[in-house]
Formats: sequence, C-alpha cells, structure tokens
Amino acid sequence: MIPTIPMEMLRIIIFTVAIILFVSVNALLLVWLERKLAGHFQVRPGPFEVGPHGLLQTVCDGLKLMGKQLVAPAGADKRLFWAAPILAFAPAFLCFLPIPFGPHLLGMDFETGVILILAFTSLGVLATILAGWGSNNKFSLLGASRAVSQAVAYEVPLLITVLGVVMYSGSLDFTSIIGQQGSWPWQWNVMLQPLGFLIFFVCSLAECNRAPFDLPEAESELTAGFHTEYSGMGFGLFFFAEYTNMVITSSMCTALFLGGWHGPFFSGWWWFASKVYFLIFVMMWMRWTFPRVRFDQLLNLSWKWLIPLALINLFYVAVLVKL
Amino acid sequence: MTFFEEIRQAFKGIYSLLVGLNITGKALVTKVETVHYPRQTVDNIDTYHGHIELIPTDTTPHFTKCIACGTCAHNCPAQCITVTKAELPPEIGEDGKPQKPKKAKYPELFKLDYNHCSLCGQCVENCPVSALRFSTDVYLAGFSREDFEYDLLARAKQNIEDKE
Repeated sequence: MIPTIPMEMLRIIIFTVAIILFVSVNALLLVWLERKLAGHFQVRPGPFEVGPHGLLQTVCDGLKLMGKQLVAPAGADKRLFWAAPILAFAPAFLCFLPIPFGPHLLGMDFETGVILILAFTSLGVLATILAGWGSNNKFSLLGASRAVSQAVAYEVPLLITVLGVVMYSGSLDFTSIIGQQGSWPWQWNVMLQPLGFLIFFVCSLAECNRAPFDLPEAESELTAGFHTEYSGMGFGLFFFAEYTNMVITSSMCTALFLGGWHGPFFSGWWWFASKVYFLIFVMMWMRWTFPRVRFDQLLNLSWKWLIPLALINLFYVAVLVKL
Repeated sequence: MTFFEEIRQAFKGIYSLLVGLNITGKALVTKVETVHYPRQTVDNIDTYHGHIELIPTDTTPHFTKCIACGTCAHNCPAQCITVTKAELPPEIGEDGKPQKPKKAKYPELFKLDYNHCSLCGQCVENCPVSALRFSTDVYLAGFSREDFEYDLLARAKQNIEDKE
C-alpha cells in the first residue's frame, strides 16, 4: 500500500513548482519591462520587433543564452566558478516560501519568516564572492571585493529597520505582521515609520546591486564586474537571480511596510502584486535617472547616514511601542 | 562643515534627486522621438552630412562648377579623391601641325573612394569654386567595397536628370 503523502509536503511541492514557473516568467517579463522602460525614459520605443511591442524579445534572448557554449577561463577554479551562479539562483526559491502573497496564498507558515529571508538573501553575496574569486580575473575580483564591503555596510541598516517593524508588531511572522495593518494606506506601517521605509528601500536597492548602487558590476569601470567571465546560462543565472531578488526585496517591503495584501475595497493577492510591481517600477525609474555613486560615497551614505538614521528610527519605534 | 550645514546639504541632495526623477518621469510619458526605421523614415534629413558630391549645374557638357584644379584631391588626408582633367581635341597651330593637347577646365573623371573617406570636409572647405557639398545620402548599403567607389560626375548628371 502506498503511504499517503502528507498534505504539508504536497503543498510545498506544488508551491515550489508554481514558484519556479512564476520566477522564470517574471524574470523574462521584468527584463522586457526594464528595456522597454529604459527606452521610454530616453524617448525611444525600446524593443519592438519580436512579438507585439517586443514582448517575445526576452524569450529569444533566453534561448540564445541557453544555446551558447559554457566557457570557463583556463586559470579559473572550476568548482567555485560553476558553484557561484547556482548559489546565486538557488536561495531565491527558498525566499519565496514564507512570503504570503494573499491571505491563504503562501508556501509555508514560518514563525520566523523574516529571519529566513534575511538569512538566505545574504547568501547572494557569497555567490558574488565565489564568482569573483573563482574567475581568476582582476575585474571580477574587484567587483567581488566591492560586493563584500557593500553588503556588510548595507545589511546593518536594513536589519535595524526590519527590527523596527518587528518590534512594533511583536512578531517575526509575515502573516501576523500583515494582519496588524489595515486596508487603508494610513493604517500601514509606512505611515508610522516613513523613515524606516525609506532606509529599507535604499538598502534593498543596494542589496540587489541595482543602480545607483551597482558597483559590483559597474559596466563602465569593471566591464561586468563579478560576472565578466561567465558565458551563456552562467551569466543567465546571475541575471535571473538579480531580477528575482528584486521581487523578493519588493515583496518584503510590501509585507513589512505597505500592508501586504490589504488594500482599499478588495483585499487580495492583486493588491500585493500591484504594490510589488510598483516598487519594482520605482527601482527601474531610479536606475535610469541616477548616475552610479562613487565607492567612498556609497560607504559614507551607509555608515554616516543610514545607520545613525536607522538607530534613530529604532529609538522612535521603541518610544512608540512603550506609549 | 558644521553639523547643521551637512544636514542642509543632505536635504538639498534629496531635493535634487526628486528633481531628477521628475525630469525622467516626464520623459517617460512624452511621445517617442525615434521612428521604426525599416517601416518609417524621418522626413527631414537636410542636416545630414553624407559623402561629398559635386553640386549639379546646367552648364553643359560637364554639369558641374568643378574646374578640375585638383585642390580637393591634394588636400584629402585619406587620398580618396581622384580628379582627372579632360583633354581638349588638339588644335591646329600656325605651322599647320597639331599642337600639344591643352587641358580643359572641367573634369573628365571625378571619383570618390568612400571606403577611406573620414568626412573631414577638407575638400569642401578648400574648393576654390565651391563645387562640392555634402550629400544627404542616409540609406547607403552595399555588398562589396566596390559599391562605395562613386563616380561623382555620373552622379551629378543623374541628379540633373532626376530633377527633370
């Protein structure tokens, strides 16, 4: 007799398959959106030839990347070199597990979902370091060393602002954090902690290596930074990971500060999705507006401004909780 | 810098970031300036500087103001212009013998090897009779290098015929 499959496991398997599907389609769509927006920000149409309004352009690009030969440089540490793109991509799936997209639409109800996401998003930096070290390339190594100091600098204020929200709601569980926020914008955490929201958003930009904080790849200085030596899907996985990380940090921002699935009139996953994609749109908007910061500016911003401000925010939240 | 001055600078910086976002945000909603090239073309290309061409005139039989002095060929840093003077038919001299043929004041051959041209405009600037100008030939394409070796005299003739 076949033993019955536990419901919880079935749920996780279905969710994982759904997430793989979502992540792939989402990455294709976001790359298209990024290029389209880049075009329109520069008063030109962007991709237009393949499919209606260039919608199938990224599908073709993906096929091209898959068809390419995977080349590792002669002096590279092969094991580290190929472990890096997988390590960049794999934790992204895990991070989707505790995020509640709707009242009942979540993979697994973790008591400590916030910690899980924070722990696994920091694995992305490890992948960057491995890629930079394993490539045996000056540009890659420079990109990786930048990534390390950037990650160290920006994870501190990020954690402090998250701590502010966690202190206020008294829970590490996304479902209950969202549950405590109401339907209308003035009932969201962003109204109570606007400073925390801003710091979190800036830090999530830096954590995703998005412009204006894209120093680890910095095309104009380091050719492509840590992924200079990657060809084909090796590069493709890094690219996928970048866009998936954007969704994860935006989802976190939505859950912690913008009331998650709550919204005026009809609460549901559509509110969650529209908030996430609005944040991603703002990220793209910033990318095509602001020039890349210099490295000392990047570190000054974090250590001299964001961390003190995050501590002030934490103190303010502590007073708020006490009242 | 004092403490308050730094804070003032920070607020100024944030304001300038917002101004930047406003500018790109406005660009996002404006109509695109470019056209979908193979299906549409721009209507005004008067300011385009293409390869050089001889300005066509009605002066038969050579259709141009060129006096075949060779200044352009001499000044060309890439040496991509070839000018040959036309030869007049030999005149009969006073002694009844045909004299050495005189050179005419118009070109027999005016060739441009566009492969080597850098569009510096030395020829156009130095032409003593202003017989040269930049063409507005945007849509150039060819399958071999020879396709870009132009006979500018034939081109001027063609221009006049097209006008008629």
